[in-house]
Amino acid sequence: MTVNGQPVSAEVEPRTLLVHFLREDLRLTGTHVGCETGYCGACTVHVDGEPVKSCTMFAVQADGANVTTIEGIASNGDLHPVQEGFWERHGLQCGYCTPGMIMSSVALLSKNDRPSEEEIRHGIEGNLCRCTGYHNIVQAVQFAAARMRGEEPPAADWEGGE
Amino acid sequence: MATTSVMGGVVKRREDPALIQGLGKYTDDFAPVGTLRVAFLRSPVARARITRLDTSRAKEIPGVVAVYTHDDVAHLGPLLAQVPVGKLRPLLAAGEVNHVGEAIAMVVAEDRYIAQDAVEAIEVDFDELPAVIDLRKAASDEVVIHEELGSNVLHTWTYHGYWEALGLEDQTPQVDEAMQREDAVVVSLDMVNQRLIPVAIEPRSVLAEYEPGYGRLTVHSSTQVPHALAGAIATQLEMSIRDVRVVAPEVGGGFGCKLNVYNDEILVAWASRELGRPVKWTETRREAAGATIHGRGWVATATLVGTRDGQFLGYKLEGIADMGAYSQNFTVAIPLLGLWIASGQYKMPVSWTVDCVVTNTMTTDAYRGAGRPEAIYYLERIIDAYAREIGMDPIEVREKNFWQPEEFPATLGCGFALDSGDYAAATQRLKEIADYEGLKRRRDEARAEGRLVGIGVGSYVEVCGFGPAVLADIGFSWSAYGLPSSFNGSGLVRVNPDGTATVIIGTGPSGQGHQTAWAQIVSDGLGIPLDDIRVHHGDSATSPMGIGTFGSRSLAVDGTATFAATEAVREKAAKIAAKLLEAAPEDIVFADGGAHVAGSPDRGVDWKAIAQAAYQGHTLPEGVDSGLEETIIHTPGNATWPFGTHLAMVEVDPDTGDVELLEYYAVDDCGNQVNPMIVNGQVHGGIAQGVGQALFEDAYYDQDGNLLTGSLVDYPIPTAADLPSFQLSHTVTPTPVNPMGVKGIGEAGTIGSAHTVVNAVVDALEPLGVKHVDMPLRPRKVWAAIQEARA
Repeated sequence: MTVNGQPVSAEVEPRTLLVHFLREDLRLTGTHVGCETGYCGACTVHVDGEPVKSCTMFAVQADGANVTTIEGIASNGDLHPVQEGFWERHGLQCGYCTPGMIMSSVALLSKNDRPSEEEIRHGIEGNLCRCTGYHNIVQAVQFAAARMRGEEPPAADWEGGE
Repeated sequence: MATTSVMGGVVKRREDPALIQGLGKYTDDFAPVGTLRVAFLRSPVARARITRLDTSRAKEIPGVVAVYTHDDVAHLGPLLAQVPVGKLRPLLAAGEVNHVGEAIAMVVAEDRYIAQDAVEAIEVDFDELPAVIDLRKAASDEVVIHEELGSNVLHTWTYHGYWEALGLEDQTPQVDEAMQREDAVVVSLDMVNQRLIPVAIEPRSVLAEYEPGYGRLTVHSSTQVPHALAGAIATQLEMSIRDVRVVAPEVGGGFGCKLNVYNDEILVAWASRELGRPVKWTETRREAAGATIHGRGWVATATLVGTRDGQFLGYKLEGIADMGAYSQNFTVAIPLLGLWIASGQYKMPVSWTVDCVVTNTMTTDAYRGAGRPEAIYYLERIIDAYAREIGMDPIEVREKNFWQPEEFPATLGCGFALDSGDYAAATQRLKEIADYEGLKRRRDEARAEGRLVGIGVGSYVEVCGFGPAVLADIGFSWSAYGLPSSFNGSGLVRVNPDGTATVIIGTGPSGQGHQTAWAQIVSDGLGIPLDDIRVHHGDSATSPMGIGTFGSRSLAVDGTATFAATEAVREKAAKIAAKLLEAAPEDIVFADGGAHVAGSPDRGVDWKAIAQAAYQGHTLPEGVDSGLEETIIHTPGNATWPFGTHLAMVEVDPDTGDVELLEYYAVDDCGNQVNPMIVNGQVHGGIAQGVGQALFEDAYYDQDGNLLTGSLVDYPIPTAADLPSFQLSHTVTPTPVNPMGVKGIGEAGTIGSAHTVVNAVVDALEPLGVKHVDMPLRPRKVWAAIQEARA
């Protein structure tokens, strides 16, 4: 398979999960494991451009696929606008759900460049966060969406004296 | 406190670049060469004698290094607890099991898959005994779970008797007398504050590396309390704390569940020492649900007595709190945190009794708020019921009974004093941001259309910033781990020879942004740019003695220590700069990366020059030692008492019972703020957890003791689609307890929100005559309440 643009090949047990292959064989530890049941989304990666929960997929199922992880979305040292949005709008606290949340947000914005708040909330509802209450994650995605459209992002809601 | 834009300003978090690129390092990300993996065999039954335990087949599996059972670790004793009331947890089951998920055997193997295969090859037979799950049944002692204790009731907390030495007055007669008054209105409700699973998204993980040549043990753990864990491991393994180093790297959420020390942490450390190899265990989500501590779990009757015109005359709570099967860190002490704030923001006599009982379930302990959300829930729910009974606006009835600003410090019937507050001001601010009158109009219009729309309000005061050393007198300390004084906080501030600063603190974050907030404190005090400051934390070998992050304490305690260390460094640097600039120390001003003489910005030196002089030594002023570094260990004199008022607007679907949270407003007062962006983030997350309890979450054991909510499918925490954006504001009432005037904000949102949402739902159902529905307000339960009311 190709991971973050680099070809990789390895022998693995048939039961090896894709997330364990990424984390333990390739040492790409930015993809996290939160629940092993496909519910929390911390392990979200892109397989051939689609968001996939890598704890529900065997490594062998991704044979020949093009896999992108959180380590692969910045380009030439420049943060992806979604990464920038999470930083600018305090879209993370402990950071554990963040890689999966960012991968889902990138996928959402690739299909909808002007999502409403409701569309953002439904677009990331497969990713659980226990720290932020999602308030600032919504703001982060709105920031990124504006940036990707070449527009000025909406002001942060803690600015202006509050 | 100095007032530059650095302190009190929004500063983007310094921890974020690594985390948003997937480059943060959590415990499970560390994998030294040759690391062995652990898996546990756990009990599938709630209460039984183990009649046969055979590990021989498991041991034969290639790649299995060891399989341990109770006999191998009995000499280490049970897991230590700070408040050793009740039965302590055996490290591995000692011939009997007392809850589903209890660890029976531990496999150590070359990889995780082999370890899991071996667990499945262990043979175990049980002689099952009747499980005790229901709290009232447990309290009746019909079946005593631990016969040697003689009763399932471990302890009873009372408002006046919890600490005999204080000689407090029993206010129960006052409350009872009030109930007999002719004009008394007495309102009473039985309510459940259900058991919850903390659900940090990062499962707990521990990696131990014993180095036989050095006699030294290094443990990485996903813990909120690195120093405490080092003390616990040292004590249980009969080592010195000097030879145990605990590192908490990035910690993926804690919420109290990582403030416990666990049997797995002790066992992994012990196995590494036994085997002389690195050993790692990371819990599965099912283990996180059933073998990491739970929170809440109370049933109680709350009674409020007042006059027809809204004057409170007394409050009574009679409750039972679920301790689970074994007592761990602070298990039995958790209700005490609720006791201290039993009267909330109101002036009235209190009678408060909570029995702590054993059941065949996982241990309960501190979960975000710990005792305080329970106490405030009961109080604020019964206040709403009373307001409804006398036909008064729920905000107005609260306002009539608040402590007034001039009454602080306000001594409570439980002996503690509220530090500072202006409860009416926060409530007034809430009415403004929510447009309370407008909201009520909108609700009434919706009702006129036959829609079930409701508004709920709730106030709270909490107690945090633990804590005063005097707490040790009632067993609230870390002495079981050999850390008698560890409610301390600490801060080390070092100006390096290149003029940058290193800060090392005795607490460690799990998402609270310590690296940013602490850099702000030091930058503000020294005028060193934020980019030139690095904050280290979470390493027991390099941090000055501290304890950790819990009870909204880090800023109030370790922050205060760091503030004081910064002041001490500045004082010393002023003397050195004065000599370099040929001026008097009192005329030295620090700003813009250096020092200058007041009124003469061009007569200055940068921090590098000051630091060079400090370390070089021979040019120092008389009486000034070399170096530029100060460490302060701080023990606070009082706790801090943040407060606020929240408001929720909900709509209930009459056909399905589904509750939609339409709008949420919160005004919180945590004293001065170091970084308002981080403060808001803490409130957002706290509210979400309170909403989770109100609407969705329930750690449910059936009467046989099976945990029916062992995965995130059965235990639904809020998703983005379940919540609205929140409207926040703040008032600022600095605390006199510490020089920065900071109180703490980590738990406020959770303590303020569950009752607020339930009050809103009950308000929505009021036209139908519904007076109470127990949490969580899932559609089926709300639908049933609607049907019952209509019948």
